[in-house]
Amino acid sequence: MDPFVTLTAPAVPLDIANIDTDQLLPARFLKKPRSAGYGNFLLRDERKPGFPLDDPAYAGARVLVTDRNFGCGSSREGAVYALVDGGFRCVVAPSFGDIFAANAAKNGLLTITLPEETVAELRRQLQETPGAAVTVDLPAQTLTGPDGRPLAFAIDPFKKECLIEGLDDVALTLRHQDAIDAFDRADAAARPWLVPGT
Amino acid sequence: MTSHHRSLFDKVWDAHLVATRPDGQALLAIDRHFLHEGSFHAFGMIDHAKRPVRRPELTFAVADHYVPSHSRAKPIADPEIANMVTMLEANAGRHGLRHFGLHDPAQGIVHVLAPEQGLTLPGLTIVCGDSHTSTHGAFGALAFGIGATEVSHVLATQTLWQRRPRTMRVTVDGELGAHVTAKDLILAVIGFIGADGAAGHVIEYAGSAIRALSMEGRLTVCNMSIEAGARAGMIAPDDTTFSWIEGRTYAPKGELFDRAVEHWRTLPSDPDAAFDREVSLDAAAIAPSVTWGTSPETAVPVTGAVPDPGAESDPVRAGQMRKMLDYMGLTPGTRLEEVGIDRVFIGSCTNARLEDLRAAAAVLRGRRAVVPGLVVPGSVPVRRQAEAEGLDRVFTDAGLEWGEPGCSMCVGINGDLVPAGERCASTTNRNFPGRQGPNARTHLMSPAMAAAAAVTGKLTDVRTLDVRKLGVS
Repeated sequence: MDPFVTLTAPAVPLDIANIDTDQLLPARFLKKPRSAGYGNFLLRDERKPGFPLDDPAYAGARVLVTDRNFGCGSSREGAVYALVDGGFRCVVAPSFGDIFAANAAKNGLLTITLPEETVAELRRQLQETPGAAVTVDLPAQTLTGPDGRPLAFAIDPFKKECLIEGLDDVALTLRHQDAIDAFDRADAAARPWLVPGT
Repeated sequence: MTSHHRSLFDKVWDAHLVATRPDGQALLAIDRHFLHEGSFHAFGMIDHAKRPVRRPELTFAVADHYVPSHSRAKPIADPEIANMVTMLEANAGRHGLRHFGLHDPAQGIVHVLAPEQGLTLPGLTIVCGDSHTSTHGAFGALAFGIGATEVSHVLATQTLWQRRPRTMRVTVDGELGAHVTAKDLILAVIGFIGADGAAGHVIEYAGSAIRALSMEGRLTVCNMSIEAGARAGMIAPDDTTFSWIEGRTYAPKGELFDRAVEHWRTLPSDPDAAFDREVSLDAAAIAPSVTWGTSPETAVPVTGAVPDPGAESDPVRAGQMRKMLDYMGLTPGTRLEEVGIDRVFIGSCTNARLEDLRAAAAVLRGRRAVVPGLVVPGSVPVRRQAEAEGLDRVFTDAGLEWGEPGCSMCVGINGDLVPAGERCASTTNRNFPGRQGPNARTHLMSPAMAAAAAVTGKLTDVRTLDVRKLGVS
């Protein structure tokens, strides 16, 4: 996974609440291998005339600023692949689907949660100055919008570390191998019904 | 938090902690891992890293998302869809996993099959690469959906890194009215707290209306926890739970079952357990519900009307409402019972169990559907029992199709799609734009309500039809 430290790039605003993962990656693309590249599938059925993602004014956007409950619904990680393969490294919203946010972190896509009013103001600025860049500084936990005002955001320290280091979870987990083995032994005695058919 | 003030969630979580990092991240042991055809990304990841499956005996593969609803005598015609089903079989075979394939007598939707086979038990941690894994919380398990990378992590380590979620108790007291079901109850909850109302939380459903639900009803409620944004939904196990489990194929037997029940009885929340949030609903106030928009949070009583964005003070919200109404082809102020439908779908992990099919058949018995429709049972055992009770004949006599078990028209990837522009009365869980097919319009409702809509060709309050009870409980 590509590490995420800082990013300065154009941001595109999407004034839509509840953008679900079925919209982000329509179901008919779920059977495509990742090697196919998922970028062209991103929000495929929403690409009607005037859709901000197709507006040349926002060309090269790597940050998406949207509305509440982004990525709700299906657990399909392909929704994240579509954003990442479509060039995005960061999504800003008032709230996210929990599973989407977890999937995003595993693929180097930073999700930033900010208050509803703050995100709405950010979208307004981006609509007024299309193509304006924002700067994300993950170590400092700030997002600087077109008005130059740095906005502080919170992030889980573990998620932050994994993003900055580009860490593979499994390697990290295997450092706890002894604890896992010990847990399994104790558990087998405490809950002998755990394994089906025993 | 002391050991005497713990919730059901706290007890299950604490019992599965393998390690905790100073930053609060917890390494959680996973007791059951269910896989479906979408798991090919995750198998690719562990194969690429040359990692074996750590606990094959706790890992189960189920073909459900891509399996055909029509005859299974012939091979699947679409090579890409056939490939999804055979890839799962190959991956399961290579790693020595129990595989419930297309022709298995237990095959079904994973969230119907696992409880039915006794794989889902109280107090377990259960994950699956499917957001509706929350279903299994009906047994007092901590069950939640994960993405492909996390699936690969569980395959390799039988653990998962998680941050302890917050807790929310949703208490529903009182009695549900006639023809008001578990589906109406959960739609009312989502309408009340919103599609992200429980984000970051695990919900515990409590109260007399929840206790009175059958296991089928509890599964429906927990299934849609994710539509309120919840990480998981849980219901305390009780005698209803234990009698459902006893005797099922993979459930513990004899003395082991007794020991398990003894342990399971310790799981319900302590009387003084604290929750981060509390929400209460009056069961008697819940009406048969339908959704009008493209989010489950647009659930309203069927007796109401299409809302007016003009009455919304926030211009962004009003714009979003207009967008939903435009997609749904609805005019503000229209009475919902005046909205005509083009087809019905009765099925999915939300509503394809025996109780659901009985409720739909009770409405359809002796009647004709005026629109086409498809009824897809949740599993082969459900299908067989429904046929033994003659329910399949009730559906086919009414003019509806009777399908083979799977996810079918809920997720629209096995070829069953609602045609563009058509309006579907659906017992599923999501009315998202394009969910049942590009430009398909979905109204969520209970099986009885979908059956009523099939009979009248409009959204219909099932209570206005004379519904004769079937001679079954």
